[in-house]
Order: sequence, then structure tokens, then C-alpha cells
Amino acid sequence: MELKTLQTHHVPVRYITGGSGPALLFLHGAGGVLREDPLLAALAERHTVYAPLLPGYGDSEEAPTLREMLDITLHYWDVVAALGLKDPIIVGHSMGGMIAAEMAAIQPNDVTRLALIAPAGMWLDDHPIADIFATMPFEMPALLFHDAAAGAARMTAGLDMSDPKFLQNYLVTNARQLGMAGRILFPIPDRGLSQRLYRVTAKTVVVWGDSDRLIPPVYARAFQKALPGAALVSIPEAGHMVIHEKTADVVAAIRDLG
Amino acid sequence: MKFTWFNLMPWPYLPDDFREKNRSVWVDIDQKLFDPAKSHEVYNTYMDLLDYAGTVGFDGIGVNEHHQNGYGIMPSPNIIAAGLARGKSDAALVVLGNSIALYNPPIRVAEEFAMLDCISGGRLVAGFPVGTSMDTNYCYGQIPSLTREKYQEAHDLIIKAWTTREPFAWNGRYNKLRHVNIWPRPIQQPHPPIHIPGGGSVETYDFCIDNTYSYSYLSFSGYIRAKALMQGYWDRVAERGAPDASPYRAGFAQTICVAETDAEAERLYSEHVSYFYNRCLHVYPGFADAPGYRTIKTIQTGALSQYAPPTGGYTQLTWKELTEQGHVIAGSPETVRQRMEELIKGLNVGNIFCLMHVGNMPADKCMYSTKLFAEKVMPKLRNMFPDYADDDRFWCKPLEKRVKAGALAPAPDRAPQTVGA
Repeated sequence: MELKTLQTHHVPVRYITGGSGPALLFLHGAGGVLREDPLLAALAERHTVYAPLLPGYGDSEEAPTLREMLDITLHYWDVVAALGLKDPIIVGHSMGGMIAAEMAAIQPNDVTRLALIAPAGMWLDDHPIADIFATMPFEMPALLFHDAAAGAARMTAGLDMSDPKFLQNYLVTNARQLGMAGRILFPIPDRGLSQRLYRVTAKTVVVWGDSDRLIPPVYARAFQKALPGAALVSIPEAGHMVIHEKTADVVAAIRDLG
Repeated sequence: MKFTWFNLMPWPYLPDDFREKNRSVWVDIDQKLFDPAKSHEVYNTYMDLLDYAGTVGFDGIGVNEHHQNGYGIMPSPNIIAAGLARGKSDAALVVLGNSIALYNPPIRVAEEFAMLDCISGGRLVAGFPVGTSMDTNYCYGQIPSLTREKYQEAHDLIIKAWTTREPFAWNGRYNKLRHVNIWPRPIQQPHPPIHIPGGGSVETYDFCIDNTYSYSYLSFSGYIRAKALMQGYWDRVAERGAPDASPYRAGFAQTICVAETDAEAERLYSEHVSYFYNRCLHVYPGFADAPGYRTIKTIQTGALSQYAPPTGGYTQLTWKELTEQGHVIAGSPETVRQRMEELIKGLNVGNIFCLMHVGNMPADKCMYSTKLFAEKVMPKLRNMFPDYADDDRFWCKPLEKRVKAGALAPAPDRAPQTVGA
């Protein structure tokens, strides 16, 4: 996979791309996405994958002018246009799922296949979602993974928390990335998506890990209810990071979109 | 020098095992620990202490704003200040301040501060904090990375509302107001002096320098640790080409306890100081600094949030550590004078926010310490900056003739004479 840059109205955008086949746009979650991401690698076997980074993520430039959900949704349509894509399969995970759903609601005629993997964007009072902005790094694996120990090992591989330079870098990265994510998700990840979902006409699959402790599976049913006709794929022994814990199952669910 | 007697208003009944049993004194503090009936006495005692301090020689009495916080039961400092405006004290009312990004619309602050200035006869010193991440983001739900932009707009709107003499329209990003026309407006012209509490943000330094506002560092960790941060401010004052480096461009908060002797200070105050530093400052680190709240530039300067846990984690701080490391200045009047001199010269600060009510300190001890400071310490520190004795840019300018609260004549028994009848 390669990391490239394209120009948009607001800001230059970094995107990961590779593979061959029909175009697939992947929108990452609040944790970001790396070139080595196993889901991207698996998807690239059958698709030309485009995974744009939200401004501020990785080494990409921040975009102070993207403040609200509509700004961000339209920005991603700008990215699609800049990539020259027509009707790509749109796949989004978590925060990226929320953005993908917004894209499909705002421009329904431009999306025919949509995969929402544990998307954010809804709020059920009886099932409050954990506040990731007040969660310490060491508490994250238990929220994100079915197997917290393996998840923790994956998250900290190669990192030296005792190195002050690393720590400073970590704080800067966190401020850039989650600072931007906050415009979408803080303090409650609901920007009115549920009242716009009726506009989605794409063939849609909703994918959820059975042991998702960040956005519990009860939200899968809420999405399904708001998107009549959407297929639901529940994946056992997988948490919020189902894309890494059960990559093959996620790829299969996306493949079934055609 | 300007000495302001400050009360954070801590809740004095946090249990001994508070730290062990609770994750945070702030944001999600246990509701059950607040007792409204007991708060009746707590509030009235704290307000009486502030009023008392204003009668023994302090230049100002100070209040601030925190939310869902066990060491600051003052979500609305303006309510406290309104009560104080009508007390025996004639000192400045230092409201440090209102978190202006939280008011919707922020002209509410322009109005309430104007009311305070009018009621007090021009004794208001206004503070505009960005607000801590705990208050602003976690309690009041502001999006961290947009907080500063919203703050900036609120500031611009308030200043314009104070200084414009006809109705105007405000088409802001965060506020759309067709008819801005605040009524009343402040006595002090063009507006009350403004102090900006900050915690090391470079942007805040520049904001103060460019607008001739006083920069206040409200730290609890004392003057020794503040040296680097305040030096950063003064370096910036020079770099930015400010016309002077008046010490009144800066303020500093310091915990102070005075007794007859050093030993008496430890005997009287150590339990209350320990209550504050070991119980009240127990903030869950996940609430210390919402990502995006501080700018990248600020993080890169290496300034850590003062609410971030110290390297090596929390331990119980002892009296010896707290006094030797300068978190607390405590001891005999002479000890306190010496250390205050070090602080004032070392940081070059003309405004001192004296944290003299500490933790669960009872009123008698607090008044004893306050009186000793006012009588035996403050007079000796008055003339630290003779070159800037006339610098009144950062302090209030009250009306010469002010009414006294409660000075009405008794109700007449007969109909008053109508003039011209």
C-alpha cells in the first residue's frame, strides 16, 4: 500500500491506496489507520482501496475550517471527486462508519453499496457509550477488543512509554487526531444522523462484533431499524476492533455487497 | 502591590478515604458527598470570610468559577460577588473569572459584569478564563478543539458590547444576534480591567500582551515551580515588543498560611493543607486535558497540564515537602515575608492572589492567618515595585462617592413630600 496526497478545497489530504479491482473507499475510526492495516491489505486483494486520512491524522495537515458534521461529510465527497471515483463501495469503521452513513444520506444517488462496521453516530439513553475522550490509554484495550490482553499487546507493540520524547509525540498525535475526532464525536457521538438515515438508498450491510464493549451490539439493531433492508452481520468473539480481530469475516461481509 | 484574598470554596467534608474510594474530585464526583443543608453554613462562612478579608487591608477579594468540583463549590462566581458587593468590604471584587466560552450568548457575561460594576461602584476586576478542560469540555460539553475559537469570539463580542454606544448586529460563527445593546453597561471606562488566567499557553501570553490584559498563573504548585512558566511569559513580553514589563502585567496565586512561629503554622494548618493537596486535588487524569483543548504549539513547549499526574504518580505530600517545594508559603510573619519577597521578585508579579482559606480550614484559623498576613506581612511588601507605583492599567477605578449598602433612612410614617407639588 502507498501513502499519497491529493488536493481538496480545504486542505491537502493524505490517503493510503493499493490493490486492484472495483474502487473501495475506506473511512477509518478515531484511532486512525496505518499503511500496514490488515483490513486494508485484505480488501486490496479484490479492490482498489482508497483510505483517506481525516485531516490531522497521521502526518496529514489539520483543517481548522472543518468544524461540523456537514463540513466533514462534504469534505469526504470532495475527496471522492478529487480521486475521480464514481460510486465507490463505501466502507466505514466506527467514526468512519458515521461519516460513511452521513455521506450516503446526503448524496444517496452517488452510493449504491455501503458497509457500516460498528458505526458511531447514534445515542441510546439506556446504553450510554463510554467516553473515549476521558479514557486513559491503558483502559482502551478492554473497551476495544474481545481479547483485551491480545489487544493491549497489539496497541503497545514497539512503543516505549518511558521515553519522554515518545510521550511528547504521543500527546501531540493524540491532540491532533482526537482533537479532530472531537468535532464529530465529542461529547456525545450524535450529530442528528438518525433523522437523516431514511435518505440512504444504498445496499447496506451493518457489521458488528458480538463483544463490542465500546458501542454495544444493541446499536446494531438501532441502525438496522433506521435502515430497513440493511443486512446485519454479527461476528462472534470480536470487539469494537472487529476489523482486526476477525478481518476475514469483515471482508466476507463486504464482498457480499457485490 | 495588589493583594487579593481568594477563596476557592472547597467542600470541607470529603471523607478521609476520599482518594482511595473515588476516582475524581471533579466532573464525576459522588453526588452523595454534597450535603445541601450543610452547604448553607459553608457558603455563608466563606462569604463572611471574603467580606472580612476586604475589611483588613486586602486590595481585592476574589472568586472563580468551577463546575462539578469538590474543591470549588462556586459554579456561579457572580452570585457570590453580588453578595460581596453589598457587604462591609470596600475592596475590589476580583471575579477571576467567567468562562466566557460557556455562556450562550456571552453577552450574559457583559451584562452581569456590568451589573456587578454598577452595584459595587466600579470595583470590578474582570477575569476571562478559557476554563479548565474539566469545566469546559467534560462538564459543559464544549468541543475541545473549537473551545479557543469560541472563547475568542465571546471575548470580542463582550468587549464590543461594552464599548459600543448604539445597537449593533453580531454575525459570529457561534453567536448570531441581530440587536446587541446591553443595558446596563459598566461604570469603568472603556471597560473594567481584565485579567486572564492561563496555564502556559503561548497563545494566551500573546492575547494578554496585545490587549494590555494581566496574565494570571493560577497554580497550586507554588512559586518555585512557576519560575519557568512565568519566565516564558516575560520572555514573550520582551519578544512581542510590549512597551514595558510592568509587574502588574502578571498575577500569581499562592497558598499562604501565617502564624506566630513556623512551628505554630505547622501545628495549626498542616491538616488543612494536607486536606487540600491530598484530597481536593485528586482529579482523574482522564479529565485533565481533553485532546484538542490545548494547542499543538503549547504541548510542544512541554508544558503539562497542572492536573496531569506528576511523574512517578501520586503520593501523599507532607507538610515539609509542600512548604520546602514552595507549594505553600507558611510560617511566622518573617518567614512568610521572606518567601513572599522571593516570589514577588522571582516571578516579577504585581498581583498576588492569596489562597488563605485552605481545604477544610475552619473560620477562626483562617481569620487568624489572614489578620497576621494583613498586619505583619502585607505592609512590608507594599513597595516592591516603586518604578511602577502609578501603573493603574490593571486595577479597578471605583467612583469616588459610593453609596453604602443598607444606608437608606427608615421608612417614613407619612407620605413623603413631593418635590414641586
